[in-house]
Amino acid sequence: MRSPGVFSVQWTGKSPGIGVLALALALTFLLAAGPTYAAAPQTSINDVEGEVMCPICGTLLELAESPQAERERALVKRLIAEGRDKSEVKDALVAQYGPAVLALPEGKGFDLSAYLVPAIGFFVAAVALAFGVARWRRASRPGDDGAPTDKGPSGDDAERLERDLARYDL
Amino acid sequence: MSARSFLAFLAVCALIGLLGFGLLNKGEAKIAVGDPAPDKVLPVLGAPGRGSIADYRGRWVLVNLWASWCGPCREEAPALDRFSRRYAKRGIAVLGINVQDNSDDALAFLRDNHIRYPQLRSIGDERSAAFGSTGVPENFLVDPQGRLALIWRGVVDEEFLRKQVVPVVEGRS
Repeated sequence: MRSPGVFSVQWTGKSPGIGVLALALALTFLLAAGPTYAAAPQTSINDVEGEVMCPICGTLLELAESPQAERERALVKRLIAEGRDKSEVKDALVAQYGPAVLALPEGKGFDLSAYLVPAIGFFVAAVALAFGVARWRRASRPGDDGAPTDKGPSGDDAERLERDLARYDL
Repeated sequence: MSARSFLAFLAVCALIGLLGFGLLNKGEAKIAVGDPAPDKVLPVLGAPGRGSIADYRGRWVLVNLWASWCGPCREEAPALDRFSRRYAKRGIAVLGINVQDNSDDALAFLRDNHIRYPQLRSIGDERSAAFGSTGVPENFLVDPQGRLALIWRGVVDEEFLRKQVVPVVEGRS
C-alpha cells in the first residue's frame, strides 16, 4: 500500500525509450537554460548610470566623460553582462570605489543625516505651522486677546465711562 | 531664557555641530615634509594579504599613488620599476598604492607595463585624501623612521629620481 501524497515512479518495463528520451530532453533543457538565465541582463547601463557617481568627476556617471568614468562604465557593462542585477552592480562598485560611488547616500553613519535632517526639518516645520495656525485662530476668535465684543464694559469701567460721558454733557 | 528659546538655541547648536562634524569628516589632510607618512593597512593588489608603509620601517620607501586611467602614471611606471630594481640593494623600495580605480583595470595596467614592485590598493580615494592629493600620480619619499622626506605632486622620471630622490636618501641634499 502506498501512502497518499508520496510520488513514486514504477518501472513497468513498457516503452523504455520514451522515458529515457524525456529525461534526456529535460536534462538538456536544464543545462542549456541554466547559463543562459545566469547571463541574462538583469538591468541596463542606462538604469545604473543615473544612480551611481563618477567619484573623481563629482558628477553622475551618466553625465561624466572622463577616462575614469569610461573605465567605470566599462566595469558596469561587464557586471551587467555577467547577469548581475542593479543592486549587485552597485555593491560591486562600492567594493571597488567605496561608498562615494553611490549617488544616494547610505542610510547609516553620518550619511544618515542626509535623510534625517530633512525629515526632522519637515516635522519641526509641520509642528510649528500647526501651532501657528492654532494660535492665529484663537487670536481671531471674538472675545480673546482684547478683541471688541458686543458686551459693554462692566464694573469700574462702566462707572468710569458713565462719569466721562456725563462730563461731556451730551 | 524661556523654555522655548532654550529649545531653539539647542536646535541651532545641534545643526551647527552636525555641519561642523560633516566638514571635519570630509576635509582633506594637509601634510608636509617631516610629518609622519599617512599610513593604513591596505589589501595587496591582486594577491591575498595586506600591507602598509609601516612594513618598510628601517628602509627608505618611495610611495607612488597611481591609477590605471591616468596617462602620466603610465609614463612614469617603467622608470619607477627600473628605479626599484636598481636601488633595492641600497635600501630604497618603491611601493605603489592604487587609488580611485577598479582592481581589474589596475592589474591589467601592471601586466601591460611589466611592473614588479609591491602594490597596495586603496578603495576609492580614501588614501588620496589622507595624502592631501589633488590628482595622480603623486610621489612621497618616506624615511626609515616613517616620516615624509620628499613630497612630489606630479610625474617622476629617471632624471628626477636620480637628482631629487637619491640625494635625499644619501644625505646629499
